[in-house]
Amino acid sequence: MPGSTTLVSRRNSRRYAADAGLLFVAAAFVLPLAWVLLSSVDPKADLLVKVPDGVTLDNFDAVLKPDITFTPLLNSLILCGGATLLTVVCAALAAYPLSRFRSRLNRPFLLTILFATSLPITAIMVPVYALFVQVDLIDTMQGTIFFFAASQLPFAIWLMKNFMDGVPKELEEAAWTDGASSFQSLLRIVLPLMGPGVAVVTVFSFVMMWGNFFVPFMLLLTPDQMPASVSINDFFGNRGTVVYGQLAAFSIIYSTPVVLLYVLVARRLGGGFALGGAVKG
Amino acid sequence: MTSAPPAGPGVVKTAPGPTAPPSTPGGRRDVRRVLTRALPLSPAVVLLLLFLAGPIAYCVYIAFTDLQLTGQAESSFIGFDNFRAAFKDDAFLNAVWLTLVFTVLSSLIGQNTLGLSLAVLMQRASKPVRTVTGGIVIAAWVLPEVVAGFLLYAFFRREGTLNAVLDWLHLPSQNWLFTLPILAVSFANVWRGTAFSMLVYSAALNEIPKEITEAAEVDGAGGWRRMWHITLPMIRRSIGTNLMLNTLQTLSVFGLIWVMTRGGPGNRSQTLPLFMYEQAFQKSMIGYGTAVALLLLVVGSLFSLVYMRLLRTEV
Repeated sequence: MPGSTTLVSRRNSRRYAADAGLLFVAAAFVLPLAWVLLSSVDPKADLLVKVPDGVTLDNFDAVLKPDITFTPLLNSLILCGGATLLTVVCAALAAYPLSRFRSRLNRPFLLTILFATSLPITAIMVPVYALFVQVDLIDTMQGTIFFFAASQLPFAIWLMKNFMDGVPKELEEAAWTDGASSFQSLLRIVLPLMGPGVAVVTVFSFVMMWGNFFVPFMLLLTPDQMPASVSINDFFGNRGTVVYGQLAAFSIIYSTPVVLLYVLVARRLGGGFALGGAVKG
Repeated sequence: MTSAPPAGPGVVKTAPGPTAPPSTPGGRRDVRRVLTRALPLSPAVVLLLLFLAGPIAYCVYIAFTDLQLTGQAESSFIGFDNFRAAFKDDAFLNAVWLTLVFTVLSSLIGQNTLGLSLAVLMQRASKPVRTVTGGIVIAAWVLPEVVAGFLLYAFFRREGTLNAVLDWLHLPSQNWLFTLPILAVSFANVWRGTAFSMLVYSAALNEIPKEITEAAEVDGAGGWRRMWHITLPMIRRSIGTNLMLNTLQTLSVFGLIWVMTRGGPGNRSQTLPLFMYEQAFQKSMIGYGTAVALLLLVVGSLFSLVYMRLLRTEV
């Protein structure tokens, strides 16, 4: 086959071109990331990416204090953990009848949910604030948790229902014959079988809330209740000049949980990413 | 609230659920069935009604009032005045324009095109390069919004990394956050959001059967022609949904811009969410701010409806 060698060499040269293109983009994308990594251990960090003269952990020492790091992280954990728990439980319960029973309400309900998944939540923060003032939920953890959960629910139900559809009904029918109730079969059979799906919904909800700035920024006022996404702002302004090394160190501490969670889920799903596919329908 | 879909043969009588025991009296069975179905839905429905539908309804209401933050016991209904005022307000029109620029630059052009290019290149690249690049781009996406904001603030500042790189290349440097703030925040949004498009397009490209592209290649179709005539038409649904989701996400970006520029200098990077915030809280005009929010919500709803149409076969 005379054509095959040129085809192979063409493919090789195309691969080099593709590699070069990707590496160029990677270099551009890595610069801001390199800044945070290098500055966090740089005793004289500023805004520039540079190899530090010496490596120090002083920046981490300086921020690992109750008022700077531990309280905000604990607040984040309470807020996001509570809201995630609420989201996942409500979504699992709601997805069950939607996935298992046919009803003429399913379609309108699912369409409403799908519509709600893509509403810009940012837009309703001002009325939510006004409403929360009226009903005295402003500046409360529980109010923020409820709103977080509600804002994440449409997408969580949608995802959960799609994952649940993948669990065959036959296994459940056997359990029903043995006298199990729907709730028991959801808990004992369906949810364990869709473990990775539940993990994706949980991690995704948690990561979205952990990184969310606007919701707690609007709904919480007391500094003691602020999660890390808002308290990170204190590195600017209030403390006079910005200590960039400490800002970088705090950024790393605050980002680590979500990065780890992402890696955990991405690996469990075989390196592929279920959300990309799930979002498509 | 919900009306029944157009009558078909099976509409009136719903299919019997698997829980229904075959021979209990009709009434009790129905009650049980309704309970098994409605009860699990109720916590979610209650949450959604109270904390999502409620605020949206409230949003529609206060957008037509002159509600203010301080010193005013009650507000009065002022009809469309907030909206009329908005369209006469230069600051509002400026925010609309900047939102448009921000969305077109960062979402339609930036995230979408770069994400597709990365996905296409990844199909051909060697595995280590693919892994490294993918990891870096995804890391930018996984980081919390505010952290991303700080990283790019550091990148674009006068004494930051970008200018250092430009100096090194003997290119003119400038104070990006001051001279071209909207461009800087758009690039920030590209940096942060491209991973999503990349993942969506990688998944879509992997679904294209290899035989099709290989056949075209043997027939002598060059890279661009294969892309234009085969690949793009085959992934057009993914392009549609991706554009839609990117746009919606970009419309509601607040934290990233807030951290980088606070909408400034002046109002030169003040997109609609930041304008809304400023009117409602810094100027205490909740009614006016909410009217702007309602407009944003309406635009978002329109996009959302288009998105649903793209997915309509799958519900």
